[in-house]
Amino acid sequence: MAESVPRGRLKILLGYAAGVGKTYKMLEEAHDLKRRGLDVVVGYFEPHGRKDTIARLEGLEVIPRRRIEYRGVTFEEMDTEAILRRRPQSCAVDEFAHTNVPGSERAKRWEDVQVLLGEGIDVVTTMNVQHLESLNDQVWQFSGVRVRETIPDWVVQQADQVVLVDLPPDALLNRLKRGAVYSPEKARIAAQNFFRESTLAALREMALRQTAHEVEGRYALQEPEELVAAEARSAGTAEPPVAETRDRILIAVTADPASAALIRRGKRVADYLHADCFVAFVHPRGDPADSASEERKAVEKHLNFARSLRIETRVLEGEDVAETLVDFARLNRITQVFLARPRKPSRLGLLRPSLVQQIVRLARDMQVTVVAERHRSGTASAA
Amino acid sequence: MAQNLVLRPERPDPDELLRKVMAEEARERRGKLKVFLGYASGVGKSVRMLDEGRRRHERGADVVVGATQLESTPEVRALLDKLEVIPLRIIDGVSVMDVDAILRRQPQVCLVDGLAHDNPPCCRNRYRWQDVDELLDNGISVIASVNLQYIEEQRAQVAQIRGREVQESVPQAFLGRAAEIEVVDAPPESCLGCGPDGPSGETDRLRRGQQLAQLREIALLLAADVVDHQLERYLQEHGMEQIWSANERFLVWITPYADVGPMVDSGSRNARRFHGDLLAAYLARPDLTPAERAALGRNLKLARDAGAEVHALDGDDPAEALLTFARSRGVTQIFAGHGGRQNWWERTLGGGPIDRVIRDAEGIDVRVFPQ
Repeated sequence: MAESVPRGRLKILLGYAAGVGKTYKMLEEAHDLKRRGLDVVVGYFEPHGRKDTIARLEGLEVIPRRRIEYRGVTFEEMDTEAILRRRPQSCAVDEFAHTNVPGSERAKRWEDVQVLLGEGIDVVTTMNVQHLESLNDQVWQFSGVRVRETIPDWVVQQADQVVLVDLPPDALLNRLKRGAVYSPEKARIAAQNFFRESTLAALREMALRQTAHEVEGRYALQEPEELVAAEARSAGTAEPPVAETRDRILIAVTADPASAALIRRGKRVADYLHADCFVAFVHPRGDPADSASEERKAVEKHLNFARSLRIETRVLEGEDVAETLVDFARLNRITQVFLARPRKPSRLGLLRPSLVQQIVRLARDMQVTVVAERHRSGTASAA
Repeated sequence: MAQNLVLRPERPDPDELLRKVMAEEARERRGKLKVFLGYASGVGKSVRMLDEGRRRHERGADVVVGATQLESTPEVRALLDKLEVIPLRIIDGVSVMDVDAILRRQPQVCLVDGLAHDNPPCCRNRYRWQDVDELLDNGISVIASVNLQYIEEQRAQVAQIRGREVQESVPQAFLGRAAEIEVVDAPPESCLGCGPDGPSGETDRLRRGQQLAQLREIALLLAADVVDHQLERYLQEHGMEQIWSANERFLVWITPYADVGPMVDSGSRNARRFHGDLLAAYLARPDLTPAERAALGRNLKLARDAGAEVHALDGDDPAEALLTFARSRGVTQIFAGHGGRQNWWERTLGGGPIDRVIRDAEGIDVRVFPQ
């Protein structure tokens, strides 16, 4: 097997909208690598009809796309197998967040890229910050666009380099007006949602902060160890690393659709705090609902989602949901519990404390974070 | 003194509005400043700046080069060949931008490399950024490049990271006034080994790589802050309420009885980790006992010492006052203490203030601290 091959290096060019120049930059990088004598191919390239970008393709070897029939329509996807046969040292792959057409070997392009990396091929790829899973709700909140093509954060965290491709919104809007990004009709539609000036500014700020976070994660978590080791080698001694008390976060999910946003939010906070993160669901003992019920299916979906984000999941059983959760939390030295905001209680429910109230009363030794569902910009009710 | 602690929100006064209008008019006549910000030499600021000049020139703008670095790469020279260059003057052995020549020439756009240059004492402006200010005042737009290490407010931090201090500087406020700021980002590896202090051994190389990564992070966050302020201004000018934020903002709710220490510690740690803002707010009530007043003062001091921006709120309903303030400031998380106990009548009436905050905090997370 390919166990002995050192994994390829992944470089992500991160932007905040179509037209900031990610693809162009990717091709420049490919030229640069080629000049330095590396064997480079373009594995996938999306021209978007942009002349400057297409011109940059000249002199680069492009692996032809694979054609896939789906419901009588022909789609073109990256031909991962052809790239593996060609075995370049480095491969440029546009649109990291792309979802492959059904019938493809793998569901997502980022999974294709994992295969290339696993075979020791370096990859340069492009994505926008709004494709990051953990930002999905925030992006929807201020843009009104629910981004469907997402990439789990761990995939980006594993990249060797994340480089920002920056362009101020004014300049981007100018490009848009000149028709350099989209055709005029598409540009008009685009200008109404993602390309509003305030939305662009917010996305750009996100991209800047996310890149800063990625930079920090790489030097703060990895390099000190290497540095300590390198300094120990040269000086003879080394200080033992100081153990930091870590936060441990428990996200309590239910069948409620709000659980997805809760998981994203909890995981994001955990990542920023360098905290351990768990997801738990409490199955009430003696509950007649079997594993095939709609409710259990919804829960299973949330647990699978959590696993796809590389969060450890547990299904607990107990008479009392709040008590079971708090016992589990204590046993696992949890410092923070994340819960969804309770729905408006029924008239009867007023007499019974909500799950949040019960947990707050029981968990005197931990913090409880109640995550409110995000609302669309401008449509949030005044409560 | 509790009175000294009260910070009330400013009301717009007519003079302020007039100043705004006049500033607006001046802004329209003024040239536009665009800044390319890099975190080290070798990331490609000059090339990006000159390339932008070339593109504008090709689209028909009247572009000149006002100042370039003395040492240039072949890539820079190729770009300079395509543009009109106003030569630098040499005064006391120092190269100085020829402001008078540029003003006589009156181009639409002037390219200025190395915004942080110092001029010799005999020049009318002490610093090159003041020269640029003069060009802008005369309606000439400027595209400039600057290295993060030369930004006044960042110098101490940069010096701490790099172990040496630079002398020349540009005030950050000057960059804040730029119409556009663009980050020239590159992985640290691309500028390792360039510049006079290129690394030698393995340890040096790692150390320098880490320094560069830290500088890179600061540059990205600085640009994010500039964008954040631009966004805030844009929303205000367009009468839009900021119910969301790209930045995390933490608000600690302070009462005389709250065990504020853990909340403030956690708040400042979260703000640091997210590179977000830390706010604290309390209800300004006239009916506090002297003991309560003293307790509140102690708690507010804890918040201030942790670097929180403290606000006094008016109103009879604490939950309402807190949420109104939180929404107006784009807060993303409220930190509040909760005693855990609750009377049956509080439940029937919709809970205590914190329960109501939890219930009504649309779009804002509430973190409850046991007390």
